[in-house]
Amino acid sequence: MALILELAVQGTQMMLVLLLAPLLTGFVRKVKARLLRRQGPPLVQPYRDLLRLMRKEVVLADNASWLFRVIPYLIFAATWVAAALIPTFATGLKFSWTADLIAIVALLGSARFFLALAAMDVGTSFGGIGASREVMIASLAEPAMLLIVFSLALVAGATQLSTVAAFMGSPQVGLRVSLGMSLIALVIVAIAENARVPVDNPATHLELTMIHEAMVLEYSGRHLAMIDFAAFLKLLLYVSLISCVFVPWGLATAGAGPWTYVLGVIFYICKLAASGVLLALFETAIAKMRVFRVPDFLGAALMLALLGTLLLFVSRSL
Amino acid sequence: MTLDAAVLLWGVASLLGTAVLAIALSRTPDSGTRLVYGLTLGISAAALLVLVSRILEDPITPSTAVLPVGLPWIGAHFRLDALSTFFLVVINFGGAMASLYGLGYGSHEPSPHRVLPFFPAFLAGMNLVVLADDAFTFLLSWEFMSLSSWALVIVHHREKDNARAGYIYLVMASFGTLALLLAFGLLSGSGGNYTFEAMRTAGPTPLVATFVLALMLLGAGSKAGLVPLHVWLPLAHPAAPSHVSALMSGVMTKVAVYGFIRVIFDLLGEPTWWSSVIVLFFGGLTAVLGILYALMENDLKRLLAYSTIENIGVIFVSLGLALAFKANAMPSAAALALTAALFHVLNHSFFKSLLFFGAGAVLTATGERDMEKLGGLIHRMPLTSFVFLVGCVAISSLPPFNGFVSEWLAFQAVLQSPDLPQWGLKVMVPAVGGLLALSAALAAACFVKAFGITFLGRPRTSAVEHAHEADRYSLAAMLILAALCLLAGILPGFVIDGLSPVTLSLIGSRMPVQMAQPWLSIVPIAESRSSYNGLLVFVFIAISASAAAYVIHRFASHALRRGPAWGCGFADTVPGSQYTGVSFAQPIRRVFGTFVFRATERVEMPAPGETGPARFNLEIHDVIWETLYLPIGKALDFATDHLNHLQFLTIRRYLTLVFLFLIVLLLVLALWP
Repeated sequence: MALILELAVQGTQMMLVLLLAPLLTGFVRKVKARLLRRQGPPLVQPYRDLLRLMRKEVVLADNASWLFRVIPYLIFAATWVAAALIPTFATGLKFSWTADLIAIVALLGSARFFLALAAMDVGTSFGGIGASREVMIASLAEPAMLLIVFSLALVAGATQLSTVAAFMGSPQVGLRVSLGMSLIALVIVAIAENARVPVDNPATHLELTMIHEAMVLEYSGRHLAMIDFAAFLKLLLYVSLISCVFVPWGLATAGAGPWTYVLGVIFYICKLAASGVLLALFETAIAKMRVFRVPDFLGAALMLALLGTLLLFVSRSL
Repeated sequence: MTLDAAVLLWGVASLLGTAVLAIALSRTPDSGTRLVYGLTLGISAAALLVLVSRILEDPITPSTAVLPVGLPWIGAHFRLDALSTFFLVVINFGGAMASLYGLGYGSHEPSPHRVLPFFPAFLAGMNLVVLADDAFTFLLSWEFMSLSSWALVIVHHREKDNARAGYIYLVMASFGTLALLLAFGLLSGSGGNYTFEAMRTAGPTPLVATFVLALMLLGAGSKAGLVPLHVWLPLAHPAAPSHVSALMSGVMTKVAVYGFIRVIFDLLGEPTWWSSVIVLFFGGLTAVLGILYALMENDLKRLLAYSTIENIGVIFVSLGLALAFKANAMPSAAALALTAALFHVLNHSFFKSLLFFGAGAVLTATGERDMEKLGGLIHRMPLTSFVFLVGCVAISSLPPFNGFVSEWLAFQAVLQSPDLPQWGLKVMVPAVGGLLALSAALAAACFVKAFGITFLGRPRTSAVEHAHEADRYSLAAMLILAALCLLAGILPGFVIDGLSPVTLSLIGSRMPVQMAQPWLSIVPIAESRSSYNGLLVFVFIAISASAAAYVIHRFASHALRRGPAWGCGFADTVPGSQYTGVSFAQPIRRVFGTFVFRATERVEMPAPGETGPARFNLEIHDVIWETLYLPIGKALDFATDHLNHLQFLTIRRYLTLVFLFLIVLLLVLALWP
């Protein structure tokens, strides 16, 4: 019985991230539009887009290989698995020990690796420009992310996300400088990884400024739907990650009653809404950077994360 | 069991016999190729069988053998213990795969009589180094290994740059052996007992231990490719035939790592904490610089060679961590770090051999190593490109493949280190952890480039258009290696448990028994709450990918139409307009290269109205070569020029010189405390 319940909670989590991901993106778009005094598309527009893309035929470039057709599913699967491993409304899920935070970061790395390859498959210059810029951003964002993981793991004593979240919710954590640095660094990494302003513009139509959009330029139909879905999931993943580590209140623990789970879901949706508003505010307030300013921006995250880790190492003996 | 060492020595003897046979067969290259590679494959596989049965039964009890060869009053000592068993597995497995690959690849060799005798000799040399149990045998085998691989490097000595590669390799190899000779001289002390057993019990003084560490970093480090001693490696490894490149990169660098571990962890006794700082520093430096060099490279095989340097850096970082933990009496953390290093040794031998085999298949099919002239090979060589892709994913340390597991273990070892008491280590370890993360991210970028430019996109030259799939022997070798990359990634517990005798014998501790973990997860140390399960990650990805594909194909549109590439409406019909390797690396070059390579870009635009082409000039400097090696070379030239006068003196002056030197020597003796 307990096993069935645990599996049910795990299944709910997987479905929940799948269902909420397009909504979050729609919500951010809506808030951004309202901030610009526009009406904006309806909240359900991303779902409609996905459905419409799935119904359309795929137009494949003449020299696209089998890899090009497989990659959308791989990207979607890797991102979905990673998102399902993050505690959203409850910690201590059945399979949460499968992969720790390092593995989650690496799973997203796999998704990016394949996306960059897909961009180069057709052999257009836009694909190349997107892929080369994406790997440049990743080469700075990924180490920063791993150093953030180090900080969190050193504070909580494990790289397991459930343990980290449980520890951050307990009173022992206190106020720590290194955690503050990690938070800032994590937000910067999340912005860069999700191709948001100021690193990339998700709504751009000017090719030379694109990074993510340039990589997926050749995709259409159901393939594009998979890739878009993965992008929605990735945004949800980072928001869930930040909220489960830094705002861990309302997370249901393993074995708690069904009401705590419901409460956990409500808390989770509130957290998503709050971070959606914050993201929209930030994006509206700031201008996009030139591509070669991005390393400075991400370098700041890298330095902050390194400083946070160093502080933890040094303060251990004090 | 106790006869294992003797059995392996018979294997070495038959390899040497094969080498002699190969000389005799040089008149019939075709049957000679098959016979030689068939024999080396059989011998390596048999040795592997002996070693695996040894691991399964009793890897700890050493098996020794003494042969009455070598220096008359010493004899040649051989010993097979847990550490050498592991490295012999790496060597003989690499040897077996290279032989299998060579069965097919060797038939494309224009001058087989230059390759065949040295290939078994090279394998024999590597086996002997790891088996050796006294300094004399070790150094002799080391030099034998170096020279036989040197002969393989200059097989195609008439090709551009190969002679220079051979020359630089020879100089660096001799330099490395000199350092090793001095290290063993110090270890054996004034008594001059050259067996490892005596060195182990002698227990050197701290001063001697410092010198030995420095000399080992020079000697083993130059063979492994530690920066700044790496200069020969990216020249020599690609110059050899591809299966030999695979052996040199995947296996011979590991023999150097073995030498380092044997001396530093086994013979030298208790380490000092600051020795680990030095190893960590050079490891981190090597990892990042190696992969940055690889990113700037457009020659496929040379890119792989530079990436070997990066992986050696990763291994040395883990070794440095193990030293730090060992010096501070933290055995379980030390076992974790050492396991990470050894696991990476095994992983790197798998995927680097695979990638070099793939590069060899590309070279055979197109005659090109320059990535800028390739492209679109995924259509011509589907299987090769698939296994090459597996190798690329594995080496970029992405789950669920094996590269990620050793990376994960190394990160877990870093996370054990805040408890280290010394301030030097407290600052060093997080910095090195950051460098490790940086090198992993750059490795992914590098292999997106390697695969994307070579196999994806449109063919850049006509060389690609006639490319054909590799032969079945080569494909078999590559498929086996690709399968092992996946297996070691999803079932890492078997490997970790298999490595436990090594950590037990060197450190006296081991990682927790992984087979006892539920669902075949792996955990770094017993009290840790971190875990990783490659099998489940793999299964989850497979299930969700196939579920998504099923749902889409069941409920959504199946329609598919082929058309010209969209490219935002630009119909660029010229393949030359694609992104090239140089342009792909441009963003990273601008971020890191201005500092590391002093890279400058200059665009020359024609004046308005002129019809000449615009030109883009890129200047990259190999800073280490220019600031370290060229001055040394110049100083040597200067010295030899000026010492040349000594050759043309009269007999009186020679006698005066001899007399003066005698006086100086006597003075030194008199003043020596």
